Amino acid sequence: MESLARLGRFGLNNLASLGRSGMILFQAIVARPQPLTMFPLLVQQIYFVGVLSLIIIVVSGLFIGMVLGLQGYTILVDYGSEQAVGQMVALSLVRELAPVVTALLFAGRAGSALTAEIGLMKATEQLSSLEMIGVDPLRRIIAPRFWAGFICLPILAAIFSIVGIYGGALVSIEWLGIYDGSFWANMQNSVDFADDIVNGLIKSVVFGFVVTWIAVFQGYDCIPTSEGISQATTKTVVYASLAVLGLDFILTAVMFGEI
Amino acid sequence: MSHFEDVIIDIQQLSFSRSDRPIYNNVDIKIPRGKITAIMGPSGTGKTTLLKLIGGQLNPDSGKIYLDGQNIPTLNRRELFVIRERMGMLFQSGALFTDMSVFENVAFPLRVHTKLPEDMIRDIVLMKLEAVGLRGASELMPSELSGGMARRVALARAIALDPDIVMYDEPFTGQDPIAMGVLVNLIRRLNESLGHTSIIVSHDIQETLGIADYIYLVADSSVIAHGTPEELKEVNSPQVRQFMEGLPDGPVPFHFPAVDYHDDLLQRGV
Repeated sequence: MESLARLGRFGLNNLASLGRSGMILFQAIVARPQPLTMFPLLVQQIYFVGVLSLIIIVVSGLFIGMVLGLQGYTILVDYGSEQAVGQMVALSLVRELAPVVTALLFAGRAGSALTAEIGLMKATEQLSSLEMIGVDPLRRIIAPRFWAGFICLPILAAIFSIVGIYGGALVSIEWLGIYDGSFWANMQNSVDFADDIVNGLIKSVVFGFVVTWIAVFQGYDCIPTSEGISQATTKTVVYASLAVLGLDFILTAVMFGEI
Repeated sequence: MSHFEDVIIDIQQLSFSRSDRPIYNNVDIKIPRGKITAIMGPSGTGKTTLLKLIGGQLNPDSGKIYLDGQNIPTLNRRELFVIRERMGMLFQSGALFTDMSVFENVAFPLRVHTKLPEDMIRDIVLMKLEAVGLRGASELMPSELSGGMARRVALARAIALDPDIVMYDEPFTGQDPIAMGVLVNLIRRLNESLGHTSIIVSHDIQETLGIADYIYLVADSSVIAHGTPEELKEVNSPQVRQFMEGLPDGPVPFHFPAVDYHDDLLQRGV
């Protein structure tokens, strides 16, 4: 009986927090947007969330591209089809690795920072004092951060793809000596704009939405103590990563699984 | 309690509880317009909660909180934000925006709620900072201020828009004697010259008695006494006397409820 009650409580708590997160999203974004006041704040947040994430994205993209080139070559060379390594690198990056790895890195770098920042604002009563000054913190604090994440993640994923492909090219062409003409030509022939690039973009848009939503909600909804903030930050990274991986499977199934 | 001619905030039958712990139980409080009203009482009696209820940041379980005829708990989000422009609140922690300088903190309400030109904003901010004695600190960041200074900056920010109602949450805590004297005078002067209604939450008895026009003593989730400072000094109820004279023994327990001290010490670990 006790465990049944616990299960019920668990379910109710989760439903309630899902409801709260929906309300926050709605009030921050849908209800009465103020593009003019938000624009400077948005630019500032794009800098914090996006531009400052560039280094980790570029470096990771480069290494992952290089590893793909190397692994692809060692497998494909057995079948004498090492010319196809360009195609393999590009497809795995554009379809899967760029959106997913970017979203995971983004959750760790920018998502956790967003949660901690908003949580600390809550703990130090800055959100309360905004409210008492007559400024809605959902629109002043949450909305620009949400939009910044939503805008930046697809762009970061695209940069990740580009850098990764160059990393793959570097290893395959410069180091392993694959003929560069066939590397690039194979890639161009096999990567389809609508099927591969647009689908990859859709994935990163969805991930951007989910990761930033989780991050700002966890910050806004956290218990305003140091322990609460640390829990919220952990939750952001864990929930966002799981959501990204789970959604990635569903999106892949819908896009490429022909169901 | 209808002896005030002009009531700005009228709290009727207010009940509020936090996770089954009653904070207020059918409380009636009237705040007279243009006066300094103090809410006093021991720690943990929900004085700050009362300010948050008035500001609409918390919703009561039942009861009404009228501000000039508008019942705050029934207002929607947009109406709340409009009515809050009439209120200034000084938070216990100061709650300055840590990413802005002292100047920008005080300028913030002016920038979001007025369309004043930049040089006028500068003048107003400097005047407010001068009033709290921190004009020289205008370029500092909040992390460079002491707790007392941060509170004074927060006060300057709370009065930047010259609100009708200023709520002070423990304004005197952590101030040195000089700053304390200045603050007491400042609150008094603001009240007289600008006609603000001030609500002070405090347990600094002497300072508060010195400036308050009317005092509510809150304990045990209700108002145990109210009146002018002179009237309160005459009240004979032991609860009131204990608080006003700061005695550790009396009807208000100093200790949080606990098992018997002697038993607790003698108890062996299980």
